[in-house]
Amino acid sequence: MSDKLDSPGYEVPPEIQGTVKITTLDRIYNWGRRYSVWPMMFGLACCAIEMICTAASRFDFSRFGMEIMRPSPRQADLLLVSGTVTKKMVPQIVRLYNQMPEPKYVVAMGACASGGGPFKEGYNVVSGIDKFLPVDVYIPGCPPTPQALLHGLMALHEKIDSQSIKSVRWYQKEPIPAIPIPLLGPDLIDPRDFPKFDEFMAEPVITEENTNEEGSSGG
Amino acid sequence: MLKPILASDVNTSLESRFPDILKVDERKGYEGFQVENHKLAEFAKSLRDDYGYDYLSSVTGVDYLPDAMMEVVYHAYKSTGGSALVFRTQVPRDHAVVPSLVPIYPGAEFQEREIWDLLGIRFENHPDLRRILMWEGFSGHPLRKDWEEAYFEEEKKPFKNRWPDGNSVPRSEDYNPFGKNVSYPDNFNPENWIPEGEAALYQGMTKVESESSLEMGTDQMVVNLGPQHPSTHGVFRMVATLEGETIVKLRPVMGYLHRNHEKIGERNTYLMNIPFTDRLDYLSSMSNNFGYVLAVEKLLGDRFTPPERTEYIRVIMAEFTRIANHLMAIGALTNDLGAYFTPMLYALEERELILDIFEATAGSRMMCNYYRFGGMARDLPIGVFEKMRDLAFERLPRKIDEIDRYLTENEVVRTRCEDVGVFTPEDAIAYSTCGPVLRASGVPYDVRRADPYGIYERFDFDVAVRYHGDVYDRYLIRLDEIRQSIRILQQALDDLPEGPINARKPQYQIRVPVGEAYGRVEGPKGELGFYIVSDGSAQPWRYHVRAPSFINLTALSKMCEGQKIADAIIILGSIDIVLGETDR
Repeated sequence: MSDKLDSPGYEVPPEIQGTVKITTLDRIYNWGRRYSVWPMMFGLACCAIEMICTAASRFDFSRFGMEIMRPSPRQADLLLVSGTVTKKMVPQIVRLYNQMPEPKYVVAMGACASGGGPFKEGYNVVSGIDKFLPVDVYIPGCPPTPQALLHGLMALHEKIDSQSIKSVRWYQKEPIPAIPIPLLGPDLIDPRDFPKFDEFMAEPVITEENTNEEGSSGG
Repeated sequence: MLKPILASDVNTSLESRFPDILKVDERKGYEGFQVENHKLAEFAKSLRDDYGYDYLSSVTGVDYLPDAMMEVVYHAYKSTGGSALVFRTQVPRDHAVVPSLVPIYPGAEFQEREIWDLLGIRFENHPDLRRILMWEGFSGHPLRKDWEEAYFEEEKKPFKNRWPDGNSVPRSEDYNPFGKNVSYPDNFNPENWIPEGEAALYQGMTKVESESSLEMGTDQMVVNLGPQHPSTHGVFRMVATLEGETIVKLRPVMGYLHRNHEKIGERNTYLMNIPFTDRLDYLSSMSNNFGYVLAVEKLLGDRFTPPERTEYIRVIMAEFTRIANHLMAIGALTNDLGAYFTPMLYALEERELILDIFEATAGSRMMCNYYRFGGMARDLPIGVFEKMRDLAFERLPRKIDEIDRYLTENEVVRTRCEDVGVFTPEDAIAYSTCGPVLRASGVPYDVRRADPYGIYERFDFDVAVRYHGDVYDRYLIRLDEIRQSIRILQQALDDLPEGPINARKPQYQIRVPVGEAYGRVEGPKGELGFYIVSDGSAQPWRYHVRAPSFINLTALSKMCEGQKIADAIIILGSIDIVLGETDR
């Protein structure tokens, strides 16, 4: 642990090596942050069960500083998207993400959260949370074993280590825009897609047959 | 054991009583009766009151597109045991209206809402016919055979572009103008669109007249719990109207994990569906496999009767699953009580050992994908048998006693749980509840005994039953059931014979004869049924899951009314739902 703190190239005399460290601001800042990531207590599907197992005694992610899981987004740093993201659920997930304070991270746990997984073609399934939120770490598996989840969390630690105070988004002057919350219409509507509607819906471009008297369409 | 009721007697009697409205279903591979649509309610009432078929297990719809007909299929049972009485009614596709059976069988409420949502069959006189899994305003009814999802590629799998050489083919995103999994009606413009919102959900929730409200003159409050809530066991939501702290009315809202199981299942081949069933009730995947495999084996006939050793392994795995699930249920219930994660750790410790066995045999901790038609995926590996014996004979009995000792007489557990969420046996049957919820209310109905499958007749075990129907009994019954499962395990492990695992050479694609089958098992959550209609091809024409968690939730509002809001959480915990199965 502490060797991560040392800046290379500086000699500390051996007699004070246990008490004195020469380091950079970035390093000590990230060192503190990486060992105090609090995940949000938020389970979506099957992967949530493996997340509980990882939190329990056998695997115990408290070892990585994730001492406690907070059910409130205001107190959490890490959104573990553990399971299939459905269209009905995604407005809530985006809202939760917007409510989390910076710095915040998103881990897509499992195949469904990463890209839809086995349910990708389903009519109520969003093919991956990265369609809406910026994802930091993807963990493969269906569901990922606790070992895989721990590996993913270590990858997140590495990512935190690589960040610099100078460039991280939460220290920039401009405000960080909130992610627009998707709407539930005839299908899921992403407000960022509004310009596309004029482009695509003016002329029927959908090539496959869409002749359902119920008013629904394929495409 | 209960005396079997001769189905033929009932059938003759029914036929002579309703000569005009009833006819025996004569399609090949089908059973039961066709009932005239307009007389359905009358028929069902007589079936319940005069013939004792008081337990309506499953209601589902089938879209027979080539005949331009919609069919609603009902499976009714006697709560004293025996096999099913199947009746069905057909309506034209373009005018699909069926009388609702909710006044006769209240347990049909959510199932009928699901059929309306997914198949677009309207139920007359249904008290609250709204969409249940999708949201209000979603376009179309997705399980109709001519409804195509946004990522539609072909009617049936395996898709041609993925097989045999699936290199560098365009993905479904590339066909879609929006590049994602969405499709809108023609000329849909979000600028002129008025969102429907949740007005329908809150209708009737904001002002509920009750006697106490007139006395006290207090305001009622509507509270939303979930879908992101630490104690709703996943993405489940309850909307409650409160009078002070007392619940006046409660509505469960679900569908936040609706993963379109049935639509995907109808495109898949039969074998492809086995791993999908794992993901239904993801805490007890082996039982799900069991139910699905039984249903398909019913259609396949005697050629696929599994060998002796397989039958034993199936029972062993199903019972281990039950133990793991009930441990988790007890742990989660105590979490809801506020014993934050301490009892859960005891439960998870044992569950991990069971998962180790699953990982060694099936290759995966949770998603086992282990059962096959007429066999298993592979035999038990070396060393697992000894591990299982150690668990069943030594460790688990000791550890269950330990959990029992710590929790059962605990003062907090007793004060919080006793006399909370009481459910009478009459209600329990009427609301089609199943599994531990039904048995904790004093109805000794266990599919393993009432309608035996596999080799459960050979084992000596008791159907656990408790009589108060409160949360405490629903906790105790899970301990009882774990003890009975251990008894079954000990017998099965003693008798486990050597021999082959598969009835036939394993096949990738099986052809299933035309017909329908309803296979049900006593899963850890209750009666898990799979209703499959085969049209003779390699994919099921209709694939429906009778999900115990989903149907048990029908009883939730009844259990919660008049209780305190804090108790709604533990009542939900005592039902033990899994959202993967509730929403499918």
